[in-house]
Formats: sequence, C-alpha cells, structure tokens
Amino acid sequence: MKMSQKITSYPGHEITPEDVKGGKYLDVVYKFEPKYSWAAGVAISRFLAELKEGRIIARKCMNCKRILVPPRMYCEQCFRPTDEWVHIKDTGTINTYSISHVGTDARRLKTPILVAVVDLDGATPGMGILHNLGEVEPSKIKVDMKVKAVWKSPSERQGSITDIRYFKPIGAE
Amino acid sequence: MKNRVAIVGAGMTLFRRRMLESPKELSFEATRMALDSAGLELKDIESVVSGSAPDAFDGMHMKGEYLLDGTGGIGKPNQRVYVGGGTGVFTPIGGWWNVASGMYDTCLCVAEEKMSPLHPHPQYAFWSIFDQILERPLGTTLLWIFSLEMRRYMHKYGIKEEEIASVAVKNKGNAVDHPCAQLGAKITVEDVMNSEPICWPVKRLDVSPPSDGAAAIVLASEKVAKKLTDQPVWLDGVGWTLDSTHWTNRDLAYPEYVEKAAWMAYKMAGIKKPRKEIDIAEVYDPFDYKELHHMEGLQLAGKGEAPQMAVDGVTQRDGDLPVCPSGGLLGVGNPIAAAGMMKICEVFWQLRGEAGKRQVKKDARTGLAQAWGDLMQVGTVAVMRS
Repeated sequence: MKMSQKITSYPGHEITPEDVKGGKYLDVVYKFEPKYSWAAGVAISRFLAELKEGRIIARKCMNCKRILVPPRMYCEQCFRPTDEWVHIKDTGTINTYSISHVGTDARRLKTPILVAVVDLDGATPGMGILHNLGEVEPSKIKVDMKVKAVWKSPSERQGSITDIRYFKPIGAE
Repeated sequence: MKNRVAIVGAGMTLFRRRMLESPKELSFEATRMALDSAGLELKDIESVVSGSAPDAFDGMHMKGEYLLDGTGGIGKPNQRVYVGGGTGVFTPIGGWWNVASGMYDTCLCVAEEKMSPLHPHPQYAFWSIFDQILERPLGTTLLWIFSLEMRRYMHKYGIKEEEIASVAVKNKGNAVDHPCAQLGAKITVEDVMNSEPICWPVKRLDVSPPSDGAAAIVLASEKVAKKLTDQPVWLDGVGWTLDSTHWTNRDLAYPEYVEKAAWMAYKMAGIKKPRKEIDIAEVYDPFDYKELHHMEGLQLAGKGEAPQMAVDGVTQRDGDLPVCPSGGLLGVGNPIAAAGMMKICEVFWQLRGEAGKRQVKKDARTGLAQAWGDLMQVGTVAVMRS
C-alpha cells in the first residue's frame, strides 16, 4: 500500500460566518494598543529636514556613482559609506500606479487613494519613492507620465513624507 | 552534501477562512498525518523545523515556541524559520539543512497559519511591513505592492488583464478537486474581469483569500528513507535569496531574486534547462499575475511570455507544463506559511502518482515548489524528484 493512501479524510472544523453571527463559538477578545517612537535614522532625518524646507535630498556613492533616494548613509551594493548629499528635483516619472479602493485595514473607501511609484529626476534612473497622486482623473493616469510634487505650505510642513501632499501631472494646473 | 534528503510523508488540514482548531491543534493534525503517512512515530524524529508568518496575525509572540507541542518539537533540536510569504518553502529548506548536513537522519517540517484572529481583517497585519517613516504615513495596504507590481508587469510586456485572469480561472478550477480547498470554483475570465476592483488593476477574483490551516512533511536521509518506502521523493535542490526592502528602487517587472534562488536550486539538482527538465511546478500564486511573474523568474517562461502559455493551456493539468495542479493559493487557500508547504505536499503526491483527481496527465518525474514574500524581496525554491 502506498503511504499517502492511508489518508482517508482531512482534519479540521470550519467556523462559518453564520457561526460567528450566531455566537456559536467561544472566543476571547483582546486589543493591543502600543505606542512607538521611531528615530528616523541619520540619513532619513536629513531627508525629512529637507522636505520641511521644500526640497528632496539624496546620497551619492562615489564608487558606483549611484544617486540614492531614499538616501542611505551606506551603499548596500558597494558596502561602503556613501559620500555626499545631493539635492534632486521634485519632478519625476510615474513608474507604476494603482487605484486603491481599500484602506489600511482593507475597509472600502468612498474616494479611492491614487498611489504610484515615482522615479525622481536627478536620482539614478529607477530610483523611485512611493507616494500619492492628485489633481488627476484616475482614468487619465499613465505609466511614464511626468509629475511634480505639490507641497504643503511652509507653515504646514512638519518634516514628514506627507509634506508633499501628492504628485500631480505636469501641465495639469 | 553529506546526505541525500528524501520526503517520506506529508499531511495537511482543511484550509478555511476561520477554523475552530487552535494553532497548536492545527499543527498537531497536519504533523500526525505526515507521521502516519510515513509510518513513523514522534520518537523516530530527531529534529523539528516549524514555519509561521507574521506574529501579528495571532497577536502572540514567540509563535515557534508556542506551537512546539503541536509540531512535535518538545525536547528536540527545534528551529522556527521566517521569511514572510516565502516561509512555507523555507521551512523544508530549513529541514534540508538538518538532514543534508548529516546532523540528523529525520526531520519534521511543519507550517501553520491562523490569519482569522486579527480584526477587522488580516490585511491589517501587513501595514507594519512598510517603511515606518516614509511609507506608512501614506495609508498603505499590502495590496498596493501587488497592484503596483502587476501594473508595471502589464506595462512592460503589454499584458492584458484578461490573460492574467486566466490563471485565476485555472487555479480555482483545479481546486475543485482538492479535498482541503477553500475556494474551488468553476469561474470564467468574465467573472474575474467583472469582480470588484479593490486596488486596480487588482480585482477581487485576482486575489487569494485569507485562511487558517496547517501542512507538514517528514524528511529522512537516504539511508532511513530507503527502509521506509520504495517511493521516496528526493529533495534534490534548494535555493533562497532576498533582495533589499528598498522595493521602489528595483525593476518591478521581473523578480531577479526569484531567478537567483531558482538557479541555486537548479544547480544543486543538476538542472540546466528548467523549461525542459521541470515536469510540474507549484508556483507561488497569492495573486494570479504572480504565477506568471514567478514562472518567468523561475526560467519556466521567457520574460513577458508566461501569459501566452497560460492562455494556450500549457499550464493546465493536461498541458505540457502543469502549474499549480493543486489549485494553488487562489483555489486551495492562503494560510501563508501553510500554503507554501501545501505546494511541497502537492508535488510530493504528484510525483508519487497519489494526487487522485488532481493527478497530472504527463508522467511527472521532476517537480518544483516555490514561495515568495515580504516586501517583494524573497524567493524560496525546492526541486523534487521521484
């Protein structure tokens, strides 16, 4: 007899949605509400400080010549410290995008979030960051579209990635 | 390698959205079945490797330790391994280290996942995989990495959503024949296209479900395996690599880290032409496009050419290269770590000719199982032979 043929049934008891609604199983509910304070790190602290000033900064590795964004104090490919700070542009190209109808906890949103990887001008090609898109019809978004950052006003900026409200297509104003 | 490594037993539980069994109970059921199928008792097992994905699903710390009595690990050398969604195939790779090294003659490999404890939705646990400073403030959901990668993949090769949808149709259809399946169904490409756009281009039927379940295998050295069975399945190649979490800095159209992991496994197994030498493949399919994307990374299709293979029926059970004959994550379900291990179990059963209604038409001698995970950065690959 082949060994696996000893299997005649597969174990397990399903709890159906009806069981849940009908209170047919016992559970214990627990809510975990920790609070964290993350140090942003050497590289990203400077990046955030520059965002507060309305600028985007990258790091350059003199060995591989890459201009890295998000910036890092070491080059993960050459495995050596990076060498200098370089301001790059707040314009770029949509590498890819999506129209999100769900929020962080998978609940449906009334207004979809437009999200993209934007390859930033002045960085090594393919160096993108994740951000939102705005001032554009979802159906009009295209890969390779040129976009520009829309900044919060100086008084609103806090040194956060959200100091850029979103990126909008160039020529959309 | 000191020992050639064989798989000598496999077991799994039902995969469902919510199971009554505790994580330990699920682990026990799958492990007991694997031992029974190998004709072994726990006393015959020398080491244990367990795999389970984010602790945040269960809200429990030290899941490896918690699971220990259900995985048979008490008082034995025990490891828990974890590489996100790649964990299910990484777990037997961890077991392979134990046996191939000559340290142990037997090793239990157990993968368990309960996603159902987390409310309002298991997706919420994935919020914390994104960069806490630069990405989370943007309102991230795990679906974004998939929808962004899928869009880039479609753009680079001019792939249509309908071509991608054919994978969901195939896998959910295959799962109808799997006794553990959560979402086996006969659906059409139109059904997928008309399903709710949750994160366009990802639609509801492009996605695998959250699930609870467990799966397990028993590994043995050649010496022990030959005493137990005249049908061992050899774990002849393993490979794993990771890329950086700087996922927005890489080519999303092609998973280079999967290619690296695949060549590591192929080289070990002496495979030079994967497309010709691999008979069946359980490719990681949490989303339908991922099966295609991974087939290309695994060198089972040229770049941008996997969609046409799916449309042409090459990857059907009666095709030239059956892919996900189990029904995959899309059909059987996706209890993260257990889902990858389910793929190992499926290749084991297929290569022994024991897959019942799911048995592929061709005479399959060499099979592959692959998993993938974290921030689009992990490739784990296993090559198996009868």
